[in-house]
Amino acid sequence: MAQSNNSIKKILTVAFALCIVCSIIVSTAAVALRSKQQLNQELDRKTNILNVADLYEPGDDVAEEFQKVTPKVVDLRSGEYTDEFDPDSFSGFEAARDPAQSRTLSGETDIAGLARQENYSTVYLVGDPQDPEQLILPIRGQGLWGLMRGYLAVEGDGNTIVGITYYSHSETPGLGAKVDTPSWKSQWEGKQIYGDGNDAQPEIGLVKGGASEKTEVDALSGATLTSNGVTNMLQFWLGPEGFGNYLAKFRSGTDQEAVNTASTDETEGA
Amino acid sequence: MSAPTAKGVLTTPIFKNNPIALQILGICSALAVTSSMSVSLVMSLAVIFVTAFSNFFVSLIRNHIPSSIRIIVQMTIIASLVIVVDQILKAYAYEMSKQLSVFVGLIITNCIVMGRAEGFAMTNTPGLSFLDGVGNGIGYGFILMTVGFFRELFGSGSVFGFTVLETVSSGGWYVPNGLMLLPPSAFFIIGFIIWVLRAINPEQVEENEFEMKANTQPKEAV
Repeated sequence: MAQSNNSIKKILTVAFALCIVCSIIVSTAAVALRSKQQLNQELDRKTNILNVADLYEPGDDVAEEFQKVTPKVVDLRSGEYTDEFDPDSFSGFEAARDPAQSRTLSGETDIAGLARQENYSTVYLVGDPQDPEQLILPIRGQGLWGLMRGYLAVEGDGNTIVGITYYSHSETPGLGAKVDTPSWKSQWEGKQIYGDGNDAQPEIGLVKGGASEKTEVDALSGATLTSNGVTNMLQFWLGPEGFGNYLAKFRSGTDQEAVNTASTDETEGA
Repeated sequence: MSAPTAKGVLTTPIFKNNPIALQILGICSALAVTSSMSVSLVMSLAVIFVTAFSNFFVSLIRNHIPSSIRIIVQMTIIASLVIVVDQILKAYAYEMSKQLSVFVGLIITNCIVMGRAEGFAMTNTPGLSFLDGVGNGIGYGFILMTVGFFRELFGSGSVFGFTVLETVSSGGWYVPNGLMLLPPSAFFIIGFIIWVLRAINPEQVEENEFEMKANTQPKEAV
């Protein structure tokens, strides 16, 4: 038996048959389950978006809730919307790898450690797209151990933060990974990105030893480098290199209205 | 080893011949996925499934496997099963598969699976090999769940996600032990488990490979 098993013919037959059988099983599993998997990924992304906008409670129907949200592609250089891409399938993260749709960042401007930045990015508008209640912006940047990816939800005034969430990071469990805990995230609500000033540079950042200003959030204790990463990422994405130009339009709108009291706001909504 | 019995192959790997505690195999994944119990449970189930079925299929074709390529044949079967498990998890337990990330794929390199295929399934009947795979998977899962229990309880103050010790950050009294959430803590816990198992079953204690010679020099070595 052992003799015949080790003949070259037998070896080739067994190897070939095994490969065929195994590849059929594997590809059947992959193809049969693909649609279900994509649904899961899509659902996960949408749940994250709804979570940061504070629209999601466990048990909600994600697809139904997501109807309140309109995705739009924004040209980061001008801050204008563009129809060049389909907002449902466009991914800024993928675009950043394509030289035609992105640019390299040089040392001083690249505070978030991205190396390349896309020219277009997808934003999610909650409520009426003309006068959104909330803007949800994708953000990413280097933490201590790797890239952190998340969303930041800003109110329609382009200044007040609703919430922040990270859906992908590799920070130290128990220390830096606390960026993901509800108690830390809850501090962000009502904080202001640019403070009362009207300059283009965001003031928001993490501070050690107790946040006192409207533009300060408590840093994570024992995770200085993760905290620095979060600050740098926000400074970058909310500054002129990121969504600064886009948010400026919402801010200038409300600044003038603030002078003439809140009356114009209501007429716009109607 | 005398002729294996169904009950024997199913139960001995749990305490008497535990793959992690006695054979010291599969330690790497035991360090990585045990920071919470629910993740440990899914990982254990995945390993039980893979060991059982890889043993079964290897045993089924054991008389036709040419000895010169037997390791490759075993690896192919194991790898295919692991990919199927990974795909199923991604489709039906997406949250879990995100937490397990690469470690499902790394079941392929888990020495327990390979060791059982080579050491048991190649010489025994399919039914018995299947049970042996289940038994070894349970032995692995037993260690994983025990380690996961202590790590989650002392690291996050909860068991299966339910709060047992209210942590300071959520207004309780318990200061969580951050070390427990990091992989090295699993080393300590596995060490303690091995200690306990060998205290109960002294026959597991290995003899010293080298006897230390008595010091015959009148003065200390210079």
